[in-house]
Amino acid sequence: MSVLEIIIALPLLAALAIWLGAPARAASLGATSINLILVLYTAVQYWGKTGLAFTYSRPILENPSLSFAVGADGISIILALLTTLVMLAAIWQIHDRPAIFYVSSLLIGGGALGAFLTTDIFFIYAFHELALIPTFLMIALHGRAEPAYRKAVAWKATIYLGVGSLVLLAGLVWLVLEFSGGSKLTFDLEALRSQAKLNPLPDSKQAQIFFVLLLGFGSLVSLFPFHSWAAPAYATAPTPVAMLHSGVLKKFGLYGLIRIALPLLPHGVHVEWVQNALLLMLLGNILVMGLVTIHAKRLDDTLANSSVMHMGYIFLGIAAGTDIALKGAVILMFAHGISIALLFGLLGRMRNQLGTLEYNKLGGLANHAPAFTVLFAFGTFASIGLPGLTNFAGEVLIFLGNFTEFKAGGLTHLQWTVILALWGVVMSAVYMLRAYRSIFHGSPATGLFMIDPALSQRVPFIMLAATLLVTGCCPWLLLNLMKSAL
Amino acid sequence: MLTSIILLLPFFSALLILLGHRQLKGAAVLISVGSSIISFIACLVLLAAADDKDNTKLLLPFLDIGDFHANIDVLIDKQSRGMMFIVSFIGLLVHIFSLGYMKDDDARPRFFGSLSLFMFSMTGIVLAGNLIMMFIFWELVGLSSYLLIGHWYQKASAAEACKKAFLTNRIGDFGFMIGILLLFGLNKGDVSFDNLRDAFVQGGPLFDAQKSNPGIITAAALCIFMGAVGKSAQFPLHVWLPDAMEGPTPVSALIHAATMVAAGVYMLVRVSFLIEASPLAAEIIAGIGCFTAVLAALMATQQNDIKRVLAYSTLSQLGYMVMAVGAVAMHVQHGHELHGPNPGHPAMFHLYTHAFFKALLFLGSGAIIYACHHEQDIWKMGGLRKHMPVTFWTFLIGTLALMGLPWITSGFWSKEGILGAAYDSGCSILFHAGTLTAVLTSFYMMRLVIVAFFGKPRTESAHHASEVPLIMLLPLVLLAVFSIFSAWDGFATPLQALKPAHEPPHTTVLFASIAAFLIGTGGAIYLYRGKDKDPVSIKLFANKFYFDEIYAVIVRICQDRLAWIVTALERVLVDGLVARLPTAIVARLGAATRMLQGGHLQGYTFLLGGGVIAVIYLVVFVLPRLGH
Repeated sequence: MSVLEIIIALPLLAALAIWLGAPARAASLGATSINLILVLYTAVQYWGKTGLAFTYSRPILENPSLSFAVGADGISIILALLTTLVMLAAIWQIHDRPAIFYVSSLLIGGGALGAFLTTDIFFIYAFHELALIPTFLMIALHGRAEPAYRKAVAWKATIYLGVGSLVLLAGLVWLVLEFSGGSKLTFDLEALRSQAKLNPLPDSKQAQIFFVLLLGFGSLVSLFPFHSWAAPAYATAPTPVAMLHSGVLKKFGLYGLIRIALPLLPHGVHVEWVQNALLLMLLGNILVMGLVTIHAKRLDDTLANSSVMHMGYIFLGIAAGTDIALKGAVILMFAHGISIALLFGLLGRMRNQLGTLEYNKLGGLANHAPAFTVLFAFGTFASIGLPGLTNFAGEVLIFLGNFTEFKAGGLTHLQWTVILALWGVVMSAVYMLRAYRSIFHGSPATGLFMIDPALSQRVPFIMLAATLLVTGCCPWLLLNLMKSAL
Repeated sequence: MLTSIILLLPFFSALLILLGHRQLKGAAVLISVGSSIISFIACLVLLAAADDKDNTKLLLPFLDIGDFHANIDVLIDKQSRGMMFIVSFIGLLVHIFSLGYMKDDDARPRFFGSLSLFMFSMTGIVLAGNLIMMFIFWELVGLSSYLLIGHWYQKASAAEACKKAFLTNRIGDFGFMIGILLLFGLNKGDVSFDNLRDAFVQGGPLFDAQKSNPGIITAAALCIFMGAVGKSAQFPLHVWLPDAMEGPTPVSALIHAATMVAAGVYMLVRVSFLIEASPLAAEIIAGIGCFTAVLAALMATQQNDIKRVLAYSTLSQLGYMVMAVGAVAMHVQHGHELHGPNPGHPAMFHLYTHAFFKALLFLGSGAIIYACHHEQDIWKMGGLRKHMPVTFWTFLIGTLALMGLPWITSGFWSKEGILGAAYDSGCSILFHAGTLTAVLTSFYMMRLVIVAFFGKPRTESAHHASEVPLIMLLPLVLLAVFSIFSAWDGFATPLQALKPAHEPPHTTVLFASIAAFLIGTGGAIYLYRGKDKDPVSIKLFANKFYFDEIYAVIVRICQDRLAWIVTALERVLVDGLVARLPTAIVARLGAATRMLQGGHLQGYTFLLGGGVIAVIYLVVFVLPRLGH
């Protein structure tokens, strides 16, 4: 038995208990708090170590070999930490809602934990699917819009993510079959890794499989141009679902690329046509979606589109593929997850109290709700990459990681892309500060009134903001969990 | 230990106050002022303990991956020691002045918290031992400047001004980051100032890069310079600084006159070896500085808001300093050495004298605004000389220092140093434009003094103005002392290291400085003595050459219109091609039609999940067996 199995099982068991009649809030808060402590414990245990730890394997089938295997390295632990933090915050801020809100949050979080902490491709995939289903259901049943519209939005997300998952599945199967080479079939990531080291696939084949995986994983992460499900889904989703999906579950695609695609197909991303395609797509995320976000007229639109935009930077780290850039990408995944969950959580509160999120109807909220304003400022400045908050550390490592191989003669495509992507940093400052100005600054708009949340309702947001500050001032805390070279 | 106190004390003070100011109430002010006093004392100890050895040492870890380090390193040399004195000394005086100026402000704790945050960030810039650390604190001063300009965020003008300041700086930082990345790549991942300089001097990778592709060094130098263009408000990113005057006046004195805006110049002097390596970059930098100096001085001659006159004057003086950076680099490129074994830089020297007298002028204007009940129009003042004698005399000393009253004031010597550098650069335009700026400077400052302090009070509020309390006068007097003596030999000895090695001034330069002073002063006295309204009216200058209007059009077209078009295209093309087209095809196929139109989403979602699992099962378990 491994501690990771408990971490995966706790939220799922809590969901089951609530379904059987346990008190929803107490059960889910209890389970997620214990989970957070357990994840922190694994982080402390793993501190400064390398390789896979806490491994445990329960064989299920001989041939093809399949086992319920858990194990974690720094990346998994960082993402598990992200999941438990966001899950706790998302559940804590639920107020006056039916039990299904708690159950679905537990299922999404539990599924994400399963995907991040298992080491068998079959279970990684299956856990992610488990987490997706409550996401769709909650948008369709409890989305913040007209029933017809929210159903359409849920369908759009279902189809995009469903098709994306199928493409991904095809890619994974292709990958596994290529490595099995007619002999025993295995889904164990470690076994596949050692095979990839011993008998790497030819570059052209690596490129093809990598591209299929990129499309599959990519559409789960709203890679341009497969992103148009994301903005309406986040704008419509109930608050805890928006927090958990944009903050945590969306990171699954990136995790998969770093965890499965890059180690098994190390040359795939560097083959020219794949790289160029990836660079074009991620520039679509950053530049096109940056402009779309600038055009947004409502806070939910701005946040949803900005969340699509920021994925471009993480893809940029993956495209570089260097140690520094990949570690930056992991830090940015963590940072983005925390900051967007914080912003979506606060947005939910604004929507409940004010009834509108349109910029030209808002103004001067800082006068009434100073604590709320400070918390929102943390999210705002984190997402525009202010040093001292975690996102900066991730972004700067990604940028630097693209410049470790430098020829004085001129810049590579990758490096030109970084320079274009840097303009996106200016754009995110434009839309976030415009939003901040029109919501919080100025004199209070007539008829609008919002008060600070009570202290107990502030706790989840304070927790997220404090995480941004601590890991932002000391990003080495996260880097110490990733001592092994990527 | 000492540097840790200097750097971290204001950080904890800021954190404590900004997060808990409603619980702390009055204690917040004490914490902030106390931390600035302790920092100042620690700085004095640092200066007293100064040996001449320069060293970089690790203070705090930040990022560490294998061979790559980007940590909080502290570089202590004469440049950072001198700047540290300026920051902590003026910072302390501004804290004290604010005790009086912000007495009646309800949000005083927030103000002092932001002030502490500024002290922390600025200290970080000064002590930075590598470019990444400098960039980190560079952004943080931007944040504190944003918070302080927007202190009265209820006012629409303040809310717009703080946003404008942050965004304009972001454009500069865009270039700064590219420059850092280029140097990072060229120097094999090491961007500490020591190693970058060594890589040039001792023939490291940077030196090789310069041999093989000089263009890339020029590009790096100009990109780094872009950071300074934003922070030090040089043309074409100068537009944010005048608007930043929306902040409380003590803030204008500390941040937008004496220290933060000078950070660009400080940074350029830190990387002067890079600029010296590229003739083109040196010329562009000198040109931009020179252009800004003249342009801003012209705008200053027609402003009526006392703080705006001073703001344009700051722009112009910053232009001077930037020009000096370029001019010195050009001088070095022509094969000359700077005089002396370890010479100071004329730009740093002017930064140093300017910090004192410009802080003095801003605090003086703050005293006037305080006394006249927030009146800022100089034409509504008048006769203040009699009502506020101490303010008048200190303001006059500041003015004379800025104008460069020959031989006596510090401003004369530092300005002479800059004109000397321009003269030596081999480019006569720089020298002529520099002299013209000196004429204009004397002119607009004399105009300001005559209109505000002489003649008769023109309004009630000016008539009833009375001298400000002692706590606000004390900083004025101390700064006035520094405005005169800071360039004198034997005064504040550790700071003299900033002074360029003394060489006999060129007669031409000396003559030009004195003539500029006399012409400008004489012109202003002739035009403005005894006038009740402005006898000169030049719309172009008064409206700041219409930069704001032009930029507004550019932003509307290049950003908002473009965003509108791209959004429309994204909706039509991406959504159309990637989503609607396949959906339509599927719908035609019939089977999916009912599913898409039906209402039982729950069932179908589970169906989808089940389907996926079934597919996995088939592919994974059934297919391989068929193969065998």
